[in-house]
Amino acid sequence: MSHHEMPFWKKYIFSTDHKVIGLQYGITATFFLLFGFFLMILMRWQLAYPGVEIPLIGKALTETGALTPELYNALGAMHGTIMIFLGVVPMGVGAFGNYLVPLQVGACDMAFPKLNMMSYWVYFVGGVIMMMSFLMPGGAAASGWTSYPPLSVISNNAQTVWLLSMVFLITSSLLGSVNTIVTAIQLRAKGLNFMRWPIHVWAQVTTAFLLLLAFPPLEGAAILQLADRVFGSSFFLPSGLVVSGEKLGVAGGGNPLLWQHLFWFLAHPEVYVLILPAVGVVCEIVTTNCRKPFYGYKTMVYSILFLGFMSFVVWAHHMFMTGMGVTLSSFFQATTMIISIPSVIILTTILLTLWGASIRFTVPMLFAMAFLPMFAIGGLTGLPLGLTASDIHLHDTYYVIGHFHYVVAPGTLFALMGGVYYWYPKFSGRHMNEFLGKLHFWVSFVAINFVFMPMFLMGSKGVSRRMYDQTQYSYGASTQSWNVVMSTAAFVLLLAQIPFIWNMFTAWKTGKKVQNDNPWEATTLEWAASSPPPHENFPTPVEVYRNPYSYSATTRKVLPQFIPQEG
Amino acid sequence: MMEQLAKAWQDVLNKRGFEYGLPSDVSTHGFAIDNLITTLHYFMALLFVGWGIYLVYCLVRFREREGHTADVAPQHFSLPKYLEIGVVIFEACLLVFFSYPVWAKLKTDFPDRETSLVVRITAEQFAWNIHYPGKDGKFGKTNIDLIDGTNPVGLDREDPNGKDDIVSINQFNVPVGKPVIVELGAKDVIHGFFLPNARVKHDAIPGMVFPLWFETKETGKFEIACAQLCGVGHYRMKGYFNVLTQEEYDNWILEEEEALKEEGA
Repeated sequence: MSHHEMPFWKKYIFSTDHKVIGLQYGITATFFLLFGFFLMILMRWQLAYPGVEIPLIGKALTETGALTPELYNALGAMHGTIMIFLGVVPMGVGAFGNYLVPLQVGACDMAFPKLNMMSYWVYFVGGVIMMMSFLMPGGAAASGWTSYPPLSVISNNAQTVWLLSMVFLITSSLLGSVNTIVTAIQLRAKGLNFMRWPIHVWAQVTTAFLLLLAFPPLEGAAILQLADRVFGSSFFLPSGLVVSGEKLGVAGGGNPLLWQHLFWFLAHPEVYVLILPAVGVVCEIVTTNCRKPFYGYKTMVYSILFLGFMSFVVWAHHMFMTGMGVTLSSFFQATTMIISIPSVIILTTILLTLWGASIRFTVPMLFAMAFLPMFAIGGLTGLPLGLTASDIHLHDTYYVIGHFHYVVAPGTLFALMGGVYYWYPKFSGRHMNEFLGKLHFWVSFVAINFVFMPMFLMGSKGVSRRMYDQTQYSYGASTQSWNVVMSTAAFVLLLAQIPFIWNMFTAWKTGKKVQNDNPWEATTLEWAASSPPPHENFPTPVEVYRNPYSYSATTRKVLPQFIPQEG
Repeated sequence: MMEQLAKAWQDVLNKRGFEYGLPSDVSTHGFAIDNLITTLHYFMALLFVGWGIYLVYCLVRFREREGHTADVAPQHFSLPKYLEIGVVIFEACLLVFFSYPVWAKLKTDFPDRETSLVVRITAEQFAWNIHYPGKDGKFGKTNIDLIDGTNPVGLDREDPNGKDDIVSINQFNVPVGKPVIVELGAKDVIHGFFLPNARVKHDAIPGMVFPLWFETKETGKFEIACAQLCGVGHYRMKGYFNVLTQEEYDNWILEEEEALKEEGA
């Protein structure tokens, strides 16, 4: 199909090309990730040096130059919201899913290109609304990313903006997930049966199903909370509320726990939405850089599917401290232990792939290798939180913060950064600078562990999360120096991203050109297209001849899926 | 500004403020929780170190180098399967022998109300109101219309049962060795009632009252923390949790009763 020259705005701004949309998602999400990180740097200053003026920008934020508790709570809520809904999910699902899924199944584009464009722009509008909430009188939403009522319902007006923005973001995810599912299933190249899908496609499709099935309850809940705030309903407000000594004039009769159920019914699958694309990315990087077939492809696929399914029946382990009785908590503890099994299998299969390999230590491989132990820490520390008895002490402490950050930051984000280095030649036809990549990797790897590891130590002492100043408590004061170390490490981690961002932008024009379309000698279909792929990806339809990750038994050479025969 | 920074770094350099590990425990049920946490961490360390050694070994042994090519033949390992089964069995044991019994004991096996100290704790932004039933052991009626600055729980002093009730703010005194039953509620938003040194934590949710219990074995002065984000003052919603000897506790009750009488007179 020939395409006439499109005007700039149609080609790069309101594009329906999945690759352009993928990059748009990637760039927007990178901005939000850095912004969310920056919010945390402000908070970390306050945590390390409570009440001390923030250098340079403090005076622009508050009168005294130090964070106020109001601002601290707002930054906390916005850090969580931005990182999850505007950063990591759009990066993992929006950018990687959009760019790679059509290519990896041999499709010309997404099944519904206009829906795809709409998905990005609805996300964009949601992001703009979320950012605008900072300008609300009284500051941004300050009830945590979980927005538990009644606090969220009685809090400042920015909470309404937060809910509106969430409605946009959820709608965007729903549009995107429908597209991914249909594309991956319907637009498969000839010969690409399901068991020939790259693991990344399996991960993205499972993720899409999670989004599709888990997000609607939260969208409904967000609208109910909006009604509570705006129309005076009482879905989440019980009777007899007394706030600051005044009776609250609401109908009452609602239940705050209803929100928690609806919220966590989304937000637990959401954890797997965050992690599965990263697992997919790591599998692709590992098997390519090991120069051998992936160990236990089928085991991996079934584990991902089982994980996806189980993620719908564990949500109430976030609510063990809300008066849960024996029966219900026994069920949710058991499912939580069960869901750890496929996670262990996933990690084990990746590790076993290394056996007998010839490991190339490229920059993406470094990130993938660092992902494994750090994701393992994140997963393992979930165990004490998943059992009610140990959760009594650790629930809502820094231990929880350490746990899920190990999953999402040194886990998912490390994997996705590896993915950027890995597919950059595909996006641009050029390699990113290797020295800057290694610098980025090593400094980040050391710093990030100094940021998150002390959280377990503080949490074990009992330091509660979301505290503006923990030195108010004796055990908070006795662990305060960890905060100084963590904040310093967080700042180093921020600096370590400069070479990465610099590398990402400069390599587009000045990076080393790829030798051929398949510079890593990978096996999957995206490498059949030229680098970068043209509009509509494949000039002639591709055909698939074998499983992914195949190598010739005789020559030990790689056998890409798209090459007809050995030779 | 520089002084505070210098002070913070002085602490770091002098290795002050780097405490870790579980806080001291004065409850009778806490050892079970601590045992579980400790056991779990040994298990986690074992798995992590095992995986880690394997990973490092692979990274060194199978690195790309001259004269080394990858083994591309199909592989099958059965050891991981047994490891996996081991993990499953271990987790099942944790559930059945550690976690379930502790939870069942805490949730269903309540001490006798007659021989226990029963208190109502009502959380609000940003304080803990502790309501003792007084000598008669009966709580007076409460009514939200009566809530004001001096009557945080809306206690009806006209009610005969309420005449001797003691309401203390942020001071939770209990006698050592006596079971305590707490009826936990909240007035405005969700709070998290947390006694780190008694291994007690429970959300205080408005519109609901939850019973919980614990028993202490040692005296000491500790803190009540709020575990759940409850607004601007969340970080300073601190109460004091004092485990007193029976004598000290009785004296305190006497003092409070005297104060009540003076107020009434």
